[in-house]
Amino acid sequence: MRKLLEPLANAWVGIQTHKLRSVLTIMGIVIGVGAVITLMSIGRGVQEQIISNISSMGSDIVTISPGATSERGVWSAAGSATSLTLEDAEAIAEEVPYVGVVAPYSSSSVQLGVGGNNTNSRVMGVTPAYQDAYNLEVAQGAFLSEYNYQSGSKVAVIGADLADTLFKDIEALGGQIRMGTSIVTVMGVLESEGTSMGFNSTDDAIFIPLSTLQQSLSQQRTSTGDHVVSSIVLTVTESAQTDNVVDDLTELLRDRHRLTAADEDDFTISSMEELLSTVSETTETMTLFLGAIAGIALLVGGIGVMNIMLVSVVERTREIGIRKALGARERDIWGQFLVESAVLSFSGGLIGVAGGWLVSRLISNAGLMGSTITTVVSSDIVALALGVSIGIGLLFGFLPARRAAALKPIEALRHE
Amino acid sequence: MIRLENLTKAYPMGKRELEVLKGINLHIKKGEMVAIMGPSGSGKTTMLNLIGCLDSLTSGSYFLDGREVTNLSRTELAQVRAEKIGFIFQSYNLLPQFSAQANVELGMRYAGGIDSARAQAALERVGLADRAHHKPTELSGGEQQRVAIARALVKNPPLILADEPTGNLDSHTGEEVMTILTDLHNEQHNTLVMITHEADIAEYCQRVIHFKDGLIVREDAS
Repeated sequence: MRKLLEPLANAWVGIQTHKLRSVLTIMGIVIGVGAVITLMSIGRGVQEQIISNISSMGSDIVTISPGATSERGVWSAAGSATSLTLEDAEAIAEEVPYVGVVAPYSSSSVQLGVGGNNTNSRVMGVTPAYQDAYNLEVAQGAFLSEYNYQSGSKVAVIGADLADTLFKDIEALGGQIRMGTSIVTVMGVLESEGTSMGFNSTDDAIFIPLSTLQQSLSQQRTSTGDHVVSSIVLTVTESAQTDNVVDDLTELLRDRHRLTAADEDDFTISSMEELLSTVSETTETMTLFLGAIAGIALLVGGIGVMNIMLVSVVERTREIGIRKALGARERDIWGQFLVESAVLSFSGGLIGVAGGWLVSRLISNAGLMGSTITTVVSSDIVALALGVSIGIGLLFGFLPARRAAALKPIEALRHE
Repeated sequence: MIRLENLTKAYPMGKRELEVLKGINLHIKKGEMVAIMGPSGSGKTTMLNLIGCLDSLTSGSYFLDGREVTNLSRTELAQVRAEKIGFIFQSYNLLPQFSAQANVELGMRYAGGIDSARAQAALERVGLADRAHHKPTELSGGEQQRVAIARALVKNPPLILADEPTGNLDSHTGEEVMTILTDLHNEQHNTLVMITHEADIAEYCQRVIHFKDGLIVREDAS
């Protein structure tokens, strides 16, 4: 124990002898480590926020879009093709195991108006199952019912922001909206979701029964008379079965669409889990990138440590001589200076971690550039930053330590 | 203890070489107390450094405690200094950032490890038990030199080398230091080689060797 502590205590005495200089030296490390911690905690915070936003939409959701993928994850013709039908959705609900709710929907661009207020929006024609698929919360009124769907009622459920835009101070519930050439009555207003970083927010959405949409706005049918839909959303009852469900869906749809083995899929199935892993990979890369930029500051700090250690070696030449006269081997001297520079930059690392943590707390509380980010200082970032700061101490202490060890005892002793 | 055979040492001076020691033959037995005297530049400090394994010789051989040390590696030389040799310098050479106690402990640091109790005992032996926690700047010259003596003797090395140990002290303090050094020598029976300019200091020793121009010119027994 003593053998371990003694060099550390020695190093501490050396650092304390020149307090101001030591503080200035570690400033570079403090700033570097602080920047790494702060930037990476922002990166992590953004990452967790995006992931939780996606998860809140339901991580067990599988989306089927028309059109084929040309390359992984790139929809070449998504949305433009008309291969999915209401009847596909019904078949999926009946035939594929582990499928919870199936929610086919269509959407169409229309102009909405209430009194003098007009706005362009995308109308979503949905079935009642849509609410269950996305866990939509209704603030006022109710969501579309099975009856509304069956009878093609001219009713709508709208998002909180859209309600504000159209109705301003008037009560939205029960109000009437001009939608193209028809008029729909608001039967429900959704709970506001708040900012969700632009991910499918329902705050600006308007939902009407799919049957109503098909009657009044888009009456597309396939050559066999099936009703075309823009997309089919479904939930998987057991997440572990997601891959099997995707396989079964593919098989069923290929069969229904009469595709031969040579044909490519005329639809694209994407699960939220897949999206989740892509997004977390991307944000992780971004986090590391931010960390690397801050790492440059750390590097500069390391050069500062080397500079001061070189000065220290010259200043303490006589001490080195005395130690050598007392029998210190080269590796004793070498180790002493290396430990000292490691302790120096490690203390810088500790202060930097504390500072970085403080700054990221401040950002969490005060917000950054108007948006609220909950920064996350995770233990692996802290460990990384501390490890790197010791590493920098050892790396940049190496040259000065070598130089100290190589001094000839007699010359070192004569040094004034 | 020490045997020097035809020892020479030359330093490069521009293109020429400056020969400082021109062939020294010397034999010092175990337990002897030897003084080396001579004018400045006569080569006595150079020889002491060679005996102390702080410097490398140019030609000749040097046997320490029966072992040829002429061709030892730097690490082996450090080992020899740690185990066999205690140095006392004219300018004390204490580390200013450490207390007296820590300075004495430093004497054991590279020779088997620190033993605080022994360091304390050594300080007590030189009469500085109550000054153990003072830093060198808070001590008088005589006290500093006594700390240095404690540092050199704490590991009980067979050979003590002292380069003008009283050179920076007034005659009264010098005598005090010499008394301590002599007493310790009589107790521990180390071999002691000491450079001095003062004849009355040399009188403490059994042998006095006179240097001039890199050669031993005379030897007295006292």
